[in-house]
Amino acid sequence: MSIAALFDHPLGRLQWSSLPFWDMLQHPTKGNIINGVIATGAASLVVVGAIALVLVLTRYKLWRPLWSDWVTSPDHKKIGIMYIVIALVMLARALIEAVLMRAQQAFGLGGGFLSPDHFAQLFSTHGTIMIFFMAMPFLTGVINYVMPLQIGARDVSFPVLNSISLGLTAAGAALVMVSLVIGKFSTGGWFGYPPYTEANFSPGVGPDYWIWALSLAGLGATLTGINFAVTIYRERAPGMTLMRMPLFTWTALCTAIIMIFAMPPLTVATAQLALDRYLGFHYFTNDLGGNMMNFANLFWLFGHPEVYILILPAFGVYSETISTFSGKALFGYRSLVMATMVIALLSFTVWLHHFFTMGQDANINAVFGIASMLIGIPTGVKIYDWMWTMFRGRVRLTVPMIYALGFIVLFVLGGMSGILLANPTIDYQVHNTVFLVAHFHNVAVPGVLFGMLSAYHFWFPKAFGFRLNERWGMISALCWIFGFIGAFFPLYALGLMGLPRRTVAYTEARYVPLEWVAFLGALLILAALLALLWQLWVSIRDRDGNRVFVGDPWAGRSLEWSTSAPPPEYNYAVIPVVEDRDTFTRAKEQGRAYQRPDTYVDIELPGNSAMGPAIAAIGFALAFGLVWHIWWLVILAFLAAIASMIVRGFARDTTRIVSAQQVRQEHHRWIDAVAAATAVSRADECKSVNVGLALQEADGVVP
Amino acid sequence: MSPQAAMYQVNKYPGLNLGPGHGQDDEAAATVMFGFWVFLMSDAILFGMVFATYVTSLHGTAGGPGPHDLYDIKSIFIETMLLLASSFTFGMASLALKYKHGRIRLVSWMVVTLVLGIGFLGFELHDFSSMFAHGGVPSRSGFLSAFFDLVPLHGLHVTAGCIWLICLLGQIGRYGLDLKTKLGIMRLALFWHFLDIVWIAIFSVVYLGGLT
Repeated sequence: MSIAALFDHPLGRLQWSSLPFWDMLQHPTKGNIINGVIATGAASLVVVGAIALVLVLTRYKLWRPLWSDWVTSPDHKKIGIMYIVIALVMLARALIEAVLMRAQQAFGLGGGFLSPDHFAQLFSTHGTIMIFFMAMPFLTGVINYVMPLQIGARDVSFPVLNSISLGLTAAGAALVMVSLVIGKFSTGGWFGYPPYTEANFSPGVGPDYWIWALSLAGLGATLTGINFAVTIYRERAPGMTLMRMPLFTWTALCTAIIMIFAMPPLTVATAQLALDRYLGFHYFTNDLGGNMMNFANLFWLFGHPEVYILILPAFGVYSETISTFSGKALFGYRSLVMATMVIALLSFTVWLHHFFTMGQDANINAVFGIASMLIGIPTGVKIYDWMWTMFRGRVRLTVPMIYALGFIVLFVLGGMSGILLANPTIDYQVHNTVFLVAHFHNVAVPGVLFGMLSAYHFWFPKAFGFRLNERWGMISALCWIFGFIGAFFPLYALGLMGLPRRTVAYTEARYVPLEWVAFLGALLILAALLALLWQLWVSIRDRDGNRVFVGDPWAGRSLEWSTSAPPPEYNYAVIPVVEDRDTFTRAKEQGRAYQRPDTYVDIELPGNSAMGPAIAAIGFALAFGLVWHIWWLVILAFLAAIASMIVRGFARDTTRIVSAQQVRQEHHRWIDAVAAATAVSRADECKSVNVGLALQEADGVVP
Repeated sequence: MSPQAAMYQVNKYPGLNLGPGHGQDDEAAATVMFGFWVFLMSDAILFGMVFATYVTSLHGTAGGPGPHDLYDIKSIFIETMLLLASSFTFGMASLALKYKHGRIRLVSWMVVTLVLGIGFLGFELHDFSSMFAHGGVPSRSGFLSAFFDLVPLHGLHVTAGCIWLICLLGQIGRYGLDLKTKLGIMRLALFWHFLDIVWIAIFSVVYLGGLT
């Protein structure tokens, strides 16, 4: 290809017809208009949202703080918060899509209002977003924020790499958002099976959007996994042996290890599909020796461990919240650690249960079926441990605890349906029905999402220095729990009645009542999201009455509660020495908390770096160019990526020093605040008298 | 002190350590080197998956040319020797770094390594072009797709290694042997030996396996 040929089509495949309202204007049939209006409305939301953001940033002169305090910051706490912001934005979008899908199915007897193609885009984006751009950023954000604090570190091992991971994830999320405005997303579901997603059957840009969004997110997650694992192995404070680590850190470690080993198969699967689509290779095609089963194996070799990447941090969160809000040390710590490790190991041995019906012989299915059922054992151990933790504890029903209780009840049910599905003979009966949809939502929503929301409520005061509004939090939590029950329990029944998953319309009138129950459940979940956003607004408005600068609003047990809220950028003025499990509880009991050291030393921190935002911009440009075949952009972005890494290699003096003087000043200000604070009992922990100093109460079981 | 504990005292991280002669730098290397080992594990999985694709695609020739029609063992053997030799020369560079044999020896061994690496890539490209000439193009069959996933993936890694090596030479010129340059050389050394091991697997599985 000559240089000039690169510019023959400077915008590649981009045309007017790539816009969401084009079809509607060209062929104004009733169906086209309805679908066009919905698609255009969604696209407008993205565009208006982006414009509004730019206006607000300009109006309040926030560009500079955004750049220097946030996007170029290598601080793990800020990176964690930015991950969670991405997760919440994407949650809102994917949840609206879910409601739209439930509405379509409620009206779906003999038609409904959405076109099959539009419906297929909805379930594809919903799944892709919820996994890669909601759950993954959420848990990555929470681990980023909490884990270094819990192990008494100043930051992660590779802070700039952390910022780059965030940039890659953000670029992927942006790509999915742009697909709303320009062109169409894949219709191949979140796992995008070929040969359907090959160029023969899906010639449009949809699967390309999917491929590159996942590639960006997958690369980001691999680097994140490496970063977390190394941090936990290398950056622990003195005395923080592995068996003294808080359970959340243990689950973060296991998740990181799974990320390191499970993300490469995804990279390979999407890269091979891309080679098929772009260069006419034959990995997964029907003809010339292609074999789509390789894709199924590669994808689920990633996809199943991915499930545990998602759930393990949630298990960690529940372990922390249940123990804290029961006022007791975690029951069976050692067994919880072992169960976590066993789950991490078993997660690599069960991938085939995602395609029992795709042609293996019965013996292979049996092996994988048994392996799948085995996972129920360590998970069961955990459930019992949490219940024993609550047993004879002083249980406080705060919002994080409500999520944890909702989780225990609902997750056990979801796990049970999982054991059913692990049996190949049963799987054959309900395979590809909404029974499966009910099952994985039953573990994903009460498991992962409730866990993340529990974490959000639990650690929000630590991150921002004020508590979230309890009343709206409770309303939101109950709406989530009951909305979930309404939206997904009917799907078990519908699945047994034979409703296939991903159906845009059906002809069986007896499905209608349950579909409506599910729709109402979905509306309740939407209300839960609105309540969550309203809670955030109310809490920010009333923040002065809920400040917890002292930093320990919940009578916390691990190290992160032993510093101010929000913590200083270096986390700890003096690196703590760990002497026990639940080290902060022990320190409070023995009067070792809140000490004023004699000397302070200079603290070295990583300096700001533009690598994160640069890689985000380059990654987005590269992916966008690839999706639309804008080859000059692809070449430019590729060269820019290499150049940025080379330039970074030549960078020196990438750290900065916080002077001992400043550390002393900030630490004394905090210690003074501690001395001036009135300690509150647990009965008052949700009132404004709680400034983050916990009254010393008896720890452990009720006598 | 048990032998293992004594070993741990000497070795702060897996692989060739800078050693106490480098003072603070030896300690500072530990986290970065450990991180790079973890990255290599992830990269090894990447290669593992591509190997699996190759092995499961052996019969997917779809009537097109197979290993016997395409592989030229003579050329492959020369390639292999070049890469193995480059691993040895990089080892000499690492020793020159560790025992402070001077910048000239270090740079010389690195340049020799680079030349051998580029030689390897030249032979590999020549192999590919002769495969193309015999109809061995990736779009011909599933087998050839898998071949052109695995072998060029290794080649791309080597290319990246060569670019990295050139950048490190630039850093030595600009900053001398400061901590960051040392860390770069030590990580590239691991990367280079890793690619050597992967190549031995490719040589055994793809070429020797394909021609038996």
